[in-house]
Amino acid sequence: MGFWSFLIIFCFLSFYIHWYGTTKALKINEDITKGSKLPSLPSYYGTYSLLWLLLPSSIILICWFFFKPYIIDIFLKESIPLNLVDNFKGNPSMLIDTIKATNPEKIFPGTNPLIIDSAAYYQTLTTNSDSYVFLLVLVVGLISSLVSLRKVSTFFRARQAVEKANINLLIFCSVIAIITTIGIVFSLIFEAVRFFERVPFFDFLFGLAWSPQTAIREDQIASQGSFGAIPIFTGTLLITLVAMAVAIPVGLLSAIYLAEYARPTVRKTFKPILEILAGVPTVVYGFFAAITVGPFLKDFVSSLGLSMASESALAAGGVMGIMIIPFISSLSDDVITSVPTSLRDGSYAMGATKSETIKKVILPAALPGIVGAILLAISRAIGETMIVVMAAGIAANLTANPLEAVTTVTVQIVTLLVGDQEFDSAKTLAAFALGITLFFVTLLLNLYALKIVQKYRERYE
Amino acid sequence: MSKNTELISKSLEKRHRSEKRFRFFGILGIGTAVIFLITILSSIFVEGKGAFKSTFIQLEINFDQEIIDPNKTNNPEEFKFANYKLLINDALKNYFPEVKDRKTFRDLSVFISSAAEQNLMKLAMENIEIIGESKKIWLLASSTIDVIHKNPQMENFLEEDRLINNIQMSWFNALKKNGDIKFGLNTNFLSNADSTEPEQAGILGSMLGSFFTLLVTLLLCFPVAVASGVFLEELAPKNKFTDFIEININNLAAVPSIIFGLLGLAIFLNVMHLPRSAPIVGGMVLALMTLPTIIISTRASLKAVPPSIREAAIGLGATKFQAVTHHVLPQSMPGILTGTIIGMSQALGESAPLLMIGMVAFIVDIPGSLTDSATVLPVQIYLWKSTAARGFVELTAAGIMVLLTFLVIMNSVAVFVRQKFEKKW
Repeated sequence: MGFWSFLIIFCFLSFYIHWYGTTKALKINEDITKGSKLPSLPSYYGTYSLLWLLLPSSIILICWFFFKPYIIDIFLKESIPLNLVDNFKGNPSMLIDTIKATNPEKIFPGTNPLIIDSAAYYQTLTTNSDSYVFLLVLVVGLISSLVSLRKVSTFFRARQAVEKANINLLIFCSVIAIITTIGIVFSLIFEAVRFFERVPFFDFLFGLAWSPQTAIREDQIASQGSFGAIPIFTGTLLITLVAMAVAIPVGLLSAIYLAEYARPTVRKTFKPILEILAGVPTVVYGFFAAITVGPFLKDFVSSLGLSMASESALAAGGVMGIMIIPFISSLSDDVITSVPTSLRDGSYAMGATKSETIKKVILPAALPGIVGAILLAISRAIGETMIVVMAAGIAANLTANPLEAVTTVTVQIVTLLVGDQEFDSAKTLAAFALGITLFFVTLLLNLYALKIVQKYRERYE
Repeated sequence: MSKNTELISKSLEKRHRSEKRFRFFGILGIGTAVIFLITILSSIFVEGKGAFKSTFIQLEINFDQEIIDPNKTNNPEEFKFANYKLLINDALKNYFPEVKDRKTFRDLSVFISSAAEQNLMKLAMENIEIIGESKKIWLLASSTIDVIHKNPQMENFLEEDRLINNIQMSWFNALKKNGDIKFGLNTNFLSNADSTEPEQAGILGSMLGSFFTLLVTLLLCFPVAVASGVFLEELAPKNKFTDFIEININNLAAVPSIIFGLLGLAIFLNVMHLPRSAPIVGGMVLALMTLPTIIISTRASLKAVPPSIREAAIGLGATKFQAVTHHVLPQSMPGILTGTIIGMSQALGESAPLLMIGMVAFIVDIPGSLTDSATVLPVQIYLWKSTAARGFVELTAAGIMVLLTFLVIMNSVAVFVRQKFEKKW
């Protein structure tokens, strides 16, 4: 049974079960001439039996989706003839990969016929197993829904049962957010621990040299790569500083102007225009930084008589700053407009000009909120990937000069993990150690910033 | 006039000047931001507008039967095995009879793209009567010639900086003088997948990849997000557990996107052994990433429905669950849909997590299902940007133009839905 035919039969079955449950309830209602009728509306009985169709089938399908590779591997391992295992050069898992990679219709000349047989068996196994599972789903679902229909009687409150099931479903959907967080934390910690088994924790955190090479052969000279992350952290910090130097003045000044000076029509046109900057995908900024800003800055700086790397921190950070502008401006705008009017009026009544009111009264009052906005923007800048991948360097230089090329945490994660990877080397595991550092730093920044903003809101509400 | 008034009126001028200065700074801030936006968009337009046309060269092709159909079968299926490169080479030799030795001829043969051979084959197979005749045909030029044709100032560059040598330049000028070189519409760009040759590379493959990925994202994310938004806003009791869920959602919204990529790599690929580079895995990762966005907008639009609606429903005997599903949820649907479209447009522009799960592979085939290897629009842009060949720069910018067009369309639909259907209470 193919997927589409299964889907059609399944939909048809669902409609039929719902209709059957409803009509059954209607019929019972008709038969009851004395006393009270069924306690719930007839369609709830239909929905109840439908739930008993959907629940077991979705459980089976989800389990199958996640465990299919394992189950098929077990069957495949059992089917492999013994003499093939003995004759194969390499470990058994490689043999299984070879079998999976072999296409029985397009064979390389000289392939072992036993491997071809196994590959053909593997292909039939994958397609047949799907059909068996689909059949199983239909049978189990049908049986459980038919059994559930036996409960239809005046003693059974179907609405309560249906609503309870639905609310449990909603709770399950809400819990997915928690599951995701747990998944992130555990997958990162699990791989990072494996990394710290090879590289000591403090060497990673405080080491000054980063060159993630690992040996191909064990006797190789200089086989131990060094995993000191300080140059990466300073690089991230440098680029973030450059970004903030662009974003904070521009974002804050625009927010002040839009909130305090601009006429409503001006505000209405310019606020969305600023927000377009937030909607532009980051690859676009990356392209802009690498193709337009980088060369332009390089020409400009060399005309001043200085030398500059073509993948400088200045270009990447500056363009990242442009991306961050709308975050700072829209958050600060909210904060400034929520400062109570009474504070403004008091200041005007004392004879202050508008700019004096803003500088001396509104900004100090709004400061916690603005700091929160800036912290959120910093966390955004630290985690930003595409701009730095496209416009910043790969080599880890320990420098504070924005004209030189530096690298960031995200760039390193991408360069370590894109391409061929084997999961036992310290090189790939280092990416997860960097990932967990990134996760916790941004998490702390976010929690702290959200707390500040929350407190600020409570003060004026 | 008292001394104080004098002092004040003296300082007033200074204070007003400072007021004006401050106001000017505000305008400067907005102006800078707007100028940045205009610069970005216009630089992309300037870089990318050339990619929609490509260069064609007209040559007199002799459809020699000896080459196309040596066995004289007249069966179009047999034409597939012919070497059409020979036809093009003969035509080039006829056009430039002065080229005699093989080394110089190699410089000449790079003028025509290898895609032209395919076109000739198709032409011969469809018009069998053309065999044995000569015909003037426009052939797709190679990317190098295309770059020279689009940037006429390159003729004055030094030979080393120009991509082609002086002899090639003279051939190019000869073609130009005879009117045998022209611009045509670049049909490859919208109908092909990626290629190593810039003039043959197209965006259709990654567009379909994006489509499949977003389809998975939408199917997974929308029901879950709406369900969780409804639960948290309408039905959840206020306790530590629901508070914890809320904190989690707010934090997930701010987690860097690349972390979701690491999650996908560690769990979906390494633990569950789902296929690498497949839209289904990409869609799952993006769904986890977009979930908080849609939950937050669902909650906001549920909050906007006035409590009187709920009270009326409950007063008429509906249960809380019925009041929500029959009345509150339908009323807040426009807001939820707007939030969903905005979340989807974010997912469309996202690329960092997809790099982690292998959607950066070089893929020549157009994907046809959820488990085929594929790439998506922003990742295709990244791939083209990282390619060294000169012709890919304008393709990158053109790819960005396509991506931005989709984003503009999605966001206008969102604005339209909001303005047309959203109720003001």
